[in-house]
Amino acid sequence: MEKLKAREIAALIAAGDCTCTETADFFLSRIESLNPKINAFISFDRTAAMARAEELDRALKSGKAELSPLYGVPVALKDNMQVKGQPTTCASKILTGHTAVYDAGITVKCLKAGMVIVGKTNLDEFAMGSSNENSAFGPVRNPINTSKVPGGSSGGSAAAVAAAMAPLAFGSDTGGSVRLPAAFCGIVGLRPSYGRISRYGLVAFASSLDQIGPFALDTTDMALVLAAAAGHDRHDSTSVNQPVPDYAASLEQGLANLRIGIPREYFGEGIEQPVRSAIDNLISGLRADGVKLVDISLPTTKYCIAIYYIIANAEASSNLARYDGVKYGLRIAADSLIDMYCATRTAGFGAEVKRRIMLGTYVLSAGYYDAYYRRALKVRSLIRADFDEAFKKCDLILSPTSPSTAFAFGERTDDPLKMYLSDVFTVAAPLAGLPAISLPCGLDPAGLPIGVQLVGRYFDEESLLRGSYHIERMLARG
Amino acid sequence: MAEEYEPVIALEMHAQLKTASKMFCACPASYGGPPNSQVCPICLGMPGTLPVLNRRAVEFAIRLVLATGGTVHPRSIFARKNYFYPDLPKGYQISQYESPLATGGMIAIDTEDGPKNIGLIRIHLEEDAGKSIHQENGESTLVDFNRCGVPLIEIVSRPDLRSPAEGHNFLLKLKQLVEYLDICTGNMEEGSLRCDANISIRPKGTGKFGTRCELKNMNSFRGVERALNYEIMRQTKILAAGGVVEQQTLLWDEKSNISLPMRSKEESHDYRYFPEPDLMYLDVTPEWIEQIRNEMPELPAQRRRRFIERYGLPAYDAEVLTSSRPLADYFEAAVAVSGDPKPTSNWIMTELMREIKETDITRIKISPESLGELLLMIKSGEISGKIAKDVFGEMILSGKQPKAIVASSGLTQISDESLIAQTIERIISANPDNVKKYLSGKEGLFGFFVGQVMKETGGKANPALVNKLLRAAFARLGKK
Repeated sequence: MEKLKAREIAALIAAGDCTCTETADFFLSRIESLNPKINAFISFDRTAAMARAEELDRALKSGKAELSPLYGVPVALKDNMQVKGQPTTCASKILTGHTAVYDAGITVKCLKAGMVIVGKTNLDEFAMGSSNENSAFGPVRNPINTSKVPGGSSGGSAAAVAAAMAPLAFGSDTGGSVRLPAAFCGIVGLRPSYGRISRYGLVAFASSLDQIGPFALDTTDMALVLAAAAGHDRHDSTSVNQPVPDYAASLEQGLANLRIGIPREYFGEGIEQPVRSAIDNLISGLRADGVKLVDISLPTTKYCIAIYYIIANAEASSNLARYDGVKYGLRIAADSLIDMYCATRTAGFGAEVKRRIMLGTYVLSAGYYDAYYRRALKVRSLIRADFDEAFKKCDLILSPTSPSTAFAFGERTDDPLKMYLSDVFTVAAPLAGLPAISLPCGLDPAGLPIGVQLVGRYFDEESLLRGSYHIERMLARG
Repeated sequence: MAEEYEPVIALEMHAQLKTASKMFCACPASYGGPPNSQVCPICLGMPGTLPVLNRRAVEFAIRLVLATGGTVHPRSIFARKNYFYPDLPKGYQISQYESPLATGGMIAIDTEDGPKNIGLIRIHLEEDAGKSIHQENGESTLVDFNRCGVPLIEIVSRPDLRSPAEGHNFLLKLKQLVEYLDICTGNMEEGSLRCDANISIRPKGTGKFGTRCELKNMNSFRGVERALNYEIMRQTKILAAGGVVEQQTLLWDEKSNISLPMRSKEESHDYRYFPEPDLMYLDVTPEWIEQIRNEMPELPAQRRRRFIERYGLPAYDAEVLTSSRPLADYFEAAVAVSGDPKPTSNWIMTELMREIKETDITRIKISPESLGELLLMIKSGEISGKIAKDVFGEMILSGKQPKAIVASSGLTQISDESLIAQTIERIISANPDNVKKYLSGKEGLFGFFVGQVMKETGGKANPALVNKLLRAAFARLGKK
């Protein structure tokens, strides 16, 4: 069963060849045996998951079930999404003891699609990181090679799917946090357009950039899970009220009539040789396959990392102010209010979170706001304009997902800047609000997966998935 | 000779909007529930929650902008005001900063020299914070989040006010306006209307502004005036002694009638405002404004005019009765029953207003309908005007219906001519000396006889009848 795709599991369940309970039990057992090694889950509730699976089985038996393409499929949620009655830790000590009092929009969607939530996955604290080494619950190990990082910040979700602890999982992507771990773990990860999936109940890191995104084993599963998760939510003012297409229906069209742009700024120095070769081979393959390739330019590329870290950290410094020891989570008692705040936040947040809160506070401060934050907003609109211009010439933009494959633990922790540069290819799409997908396109000599990224037009996930499907098929043909 | 100073005052007011639900969630926005009974994950700032704008709050705010002649901006932007405080659950308040809902407009106030326009700088939308309740033992502080997320508008005036009395009048005019617009209860004691002030003084006749201080914590209309007076005195003393006014924030202490500087630590905030990424820009279309304009309630000036035209009231009565919306509503409800505008106005302006003075008319026990009933009873001769005043007094205390009071205490007026005539005969025979004096020309004694009749009848005799029958009796005696 660990080799089955989500849609295949759902088909077995729908045909009566296996039950939701058997399926849930299988994956929960995988979690129980593998998690001590991989550390992909922060929590999982066998009792709750089995009760849910039994409920789905009963509905199926009585003929009352609303069958959907993912009925009975287990799913894992990153532990920054609220599931009522379950702890939400954000991999932070500051939320010690906090239990969610409501369901996130994504939780509601998963339940509506008939899925079984098996557990909450590990992440970099408050989704801040590129390696999943910043978790109060310890790092996640890459299932492909446990001496390597799984990528961050949704490392737990990516590892869970890669290790078949769940056939599907959701992560959140602020600057690459779904795509980078998807690339490092050799699976498919998609960041939808800003506003495509509700953020309600996703604990905010950087509100104008955060998007929930799914992980799947292939593009077809991705098309199904995206359709289940997407749509307007009246609880999220930034979610967009647009119909959700049947993404799976158009996959077969592949790249027919779609032009792929190759941004020259993304192919400069700093890309590891195996990554470079894999992408070059892929481009040659596409050309040979008759796909129209276009040379494009995104001149603001060199500013993206700086702009991203100004905007994301500014918003984070405000979003994380609520963790003050007053209402929920950790409180370290002290003699005065100010001392309580300081003691609680000092003990509750990890080093990377503190660094970002300080950076974010700085760029919003009186006297620095204009030079940093306001200017960053202006450059952000130039980045958007760059993409608008590029999409006049092409329909999808192709690049490596990351300049490197999964690196070793500790390799970049001493140098935050080097760590931040892991996101160099992934931060532009979020800044422009655009959808992007990462899918596997080969292995390096050490057997570590290499990811290729496609960026699409705003709300054009269809083309993104068609492109991904085309590449997947092409690579499978060899 | 001591230099004469004039104050320069600007007020910054906050009005709670009386929408059914809060600014960004569905919790009730009403006042006075048990602590933390009107809260949800959103207004408590639970992780992952997001705000959704209450359109009604925007419409209420636009009503005030339209009523004060300001400009509603086609696009305004919500911003986060960041600071740490236990009653601020998100660690920031959603407000508006660089792009407010509206700018400009004015409110006319009354001064000794006639009406004066006080300019408005801006009107913007924001959410209220919770309430910290410090325990009396000083050991702990509790937080009530019911108020948290209640819609507020902030109204900032230009520094156009030149005396505490003008400030007081401005505040009253704003209260009147928000009541008429039906957007705020205007109750300062409950905190639904709040006021801070910026005040400086300068030698009279000079154009330059002095150093200003900010005054906070004024919890009543009178408190605002007293605090401003105190601050003028304080700054004048400093300048007169050759000192320099230090820019600072002062807290008014209503009990001891003084203001004290806030600790500088609490003052030195850098709010780090930035655009709220969880909300879309607030776009207000001309069509929406038109729709709001069409739904606007009657404004004080319109109502004043209508009172004169429809009820034939003197301008003075119309002015007094429309000074507050509840009072004007009261008048209209009473006159609907009594059918007599002027007597109704008289009773409200004398008897009723003496009773209410500082209290709120909505708390008075006499319903406007009962007052109308009372006036009907006078008109029909059922009771005299004098008795009506006693009945009124009883109504104030018990809230009972006038008919019930009159019936239970036997106060119904005596209009039986034979009964009154018999009483008159008795009094005439009992006071032969006074009768003689009266008949010989001491006209002033007429009142004595009226008084005697009223005394005999326990005040219940119809005074008009007593007059008529007394004159008839004396006429007969005189002829003899």
